[in-house]
Amino acid sequence: MSAHQVEDRGLLRFLTCGSVDDGKSTLIGRLLFDTKTILADTLSAIAKTSEKRGLGAVDLSLLTDGLQAEREQGITIDVAYRYFSTGTRKYIIADAPGHEQYTRNMVTAASTANLAIILIDARKGILTQTRRHSKLASLVGIPHLLVAINKMDLVDYSQEVYEKIKADYLEIAGKLGIEDVRFIPLSALNGDMIVDRGDSLNWYDGPTLLEILEETPGAHTEHTEKFRFPVQYVCRPQDSANPELHDYRGFMGRVEAGSLKVGDAVTVLPNGLSSTVKAIQIGGVDIPEAVTEQSVTILLADEIDTSRGDMIVKSSEVPAAVKQIEATVCWMSETPMDRARTYLIRHTTRDSKAKLAAIDHRLDVNTLEKVPAEKLAMNDIAQVTFKLAQPLFADPYTENRGTGAFIIIDESNNNTVGAGMIL
Amino acid sequence: MTQRPTPSTLSHLDWLEAEAIHIMREVAGQCSNPVLLFSGGKDSICMLRIAEKAFRPGKFPFPLMHIDTGHNYQEVVAFRDKRAAELGERLIVRSVEDSMKRGTVVLKHEGESRNKHQSVTLLEAIEEFGFDACIGGARRDEEKARAKERIFSFRDEFGQWDPKNQRPELWSLYNARSHKGENIRAFPISNWTEMDVWQYIEREKLELPSIYFAHTRPVVIRQGAIVPVNVPLVNGELTNLPKAGEEIIDKLVRFRTVGDISCTAPVESDADNVEKIVLETATTTITERGATRLDDQTSEASMEQRKKEGYF
Repeated sequence: MSAHQVEDRGLLRFLTCGSVDDGKSTLIGRLLFDTKTILADTLSAIAKTSEKRGLGAVDLSLLTDGLQAEREQGITIDVAYRYFSTGTRKYIIADAPGHEQYTRNMVTAASTANLAIILIDARKGILTQTRRHSKLASLVGIPHLLVAINKMDLVDYSQEVYEKIKADYLEIAGKLGIEDVRFIPLSALNGDMIVDRGDSLNWYDGPTLLEILEETPGAHTEHTEKFRFPVQYVCRPQDSANPELHDYRGFMGRVEAGSLKVGDAVTVLPNGLSSTVKAIQIGGVDIPEAVTEQSVTILLADEIDTSRGDMIVKSSEVPAAVKQIEATVCWMSETPMDRARTYLIRHTTRDSKAKLAAIDHRLDVNTLEKVPAEKLAMNDIAQVTFKLAQPLFADPYTENRGTGAFIIIDESNNNTVGAGMIL
Repeated sequence: MTQRPTPSTLSHLDWLEAEAIHIMREVAGQCSNPVLLFSGGKDSICMLRIAEKAFRPGKFPFPLMHIDTGHNYQEVVAFRDKRAAELGERLIVRSVEDSMKRGTVVLKHEGESRNKHQSVTLLEAIEEFGFDACIGGARRDEEKARAKERIFSFRDEFGQWDPKNQRPELWSLYNARSHKGENIRAFPISNWTEMDVWQYIEREKLELPSIYFAHTRPVVIRQGAIVPVNVPLVNGELTNLPKAGEEIIDKLVRFRTVGDISCTAPVESDADNVEKIVLETATTTITERGATRLDDQTSEASMEQRKKEGYF
């Protein structure tokens, strides 16, 4: 470690939801600009573009302008990832477009986020899309929500306006089952309360947006989790010149949740055989313990036939093997789900053929009502039941995102056509 | 009060490394014949360390491959061969010049940059070896066309990237399935920035080709850019000859990115070790490609265009 590196608080992934009208791109541009992530040549490029488009000032939202196709249409159509760092923490922003037809993009962006910023235009208050974004964020299990009431400059930085929107939101939050929600007034355009406090919001004594980001807990840090280790790859270097490696059998994977120490009693699924942890390694070098999200190699004391798709767990915390799952599904393909077809479900490193047994209901993402449904089209969210050919070792999504999530693959064209969260 | 769990939080570099290892293992687990692209540049040097952490004490479950334009810096080519030999892994080199001899690459004029023509040679090599996945060191922060790139990016039979037709990618569940002839490009260090790469090089004490560090070399100033001239090729021949009337000056420079000689330019710098480069990266005001890639500046969407044509 070099001397100029102070403290490393790891990494936080967050999501911004809202449309261009809410000032989302301006907010991201402002965060990147005020944390000095935007370098001079990029700035001069967007200044040139702003001028070409006849804009008076430099439009920070151009920083997040993406592909040629999108620029031609003047809208964002896909999730983009942006990066900045404060020196103590690295941030990955998933920037998702806000329109209704892009529910699937928001679900995609939300799947890896630990915090969602829900943008509200102070002039407009809570809109249908605010409810939709909040519901999706909670559905995908984002533990922390931050409601950013933006464009405060256009309502004379009025505390009354802010308090009214906050009260309105708390009312719907209760109905949506959202527990952890915070509020902040902002002007992304002027940079008030993003990184610097500015002079116009002196009645607000809470932290700035960046201060909130800095103190938001990282993924997997708030609850004790059961150890889950899907096996990705088995290392058997028998042909090596080194005789010590003859019996080497390393199970390689990433810890989805929990932690493991050398000597712990473990069970390998699906065969259910038990052993103890002989060694934990990274790159052939021993480490005493593996923690959540770490990619390691596990060596067991006993020889157990294990391959990709198996799961190593602690013997005291064995998950259920299920051949039928109830799940919330987001359909992502332009081709509607065909009830007669068989799909492939990929859960951790394990695949199983699956058939839809029932659609319990569809969620209308605007009214938040449960409505009956016969089929699923793109951007639909529904509660469904699948029958599986192979058992999965699953946890409820609310307990463990890693072992509660799956994707649905259409084997005819290999596309990913849906995403699911096990109830 | 019950005691709060105190799970160790991974540092940002540990997290990025763990993610990259996971991605490489997914390629190895899902694909039957992958290859790792290794150019001898800093990003691919990080990739080799990640592959060691992912697969040692075993051998890598893929060979290394370099698409050589024939216009690469000697120092980098020598480093590439040395590193592959040290690791004891197989290195495949396929050359744009062979594609030119076959007539599959035709330069518009003799001096045209061969950089974008690497796509042709890459696709030929993919076909020759039947690779179903290529692991590359591209990063999303490099260029805006890459900000929306998936970690597992699907390419059709012609190697084309269709930005409107990419598979949704959620959680860390990657879909590398492909039909024969189609191809997956996997990018384990998608989420790394230039700064992360340098910090990783510093932490892992990775060796780099000498031209990444400050050195004196003859250059000319062409349209505001520092252009290296009289650069010796591997065969000793000089390339990038100065144009008539250009004044050659000796400048203290280093390279921030290394690629085809015709389109990579150095920056003025006296940073002669990794720690100084990390500091310089923290305070620079110019983006990595803005400073140094003469090929990305042609048009606002040039990287996107090249990717659609099968570029990495």
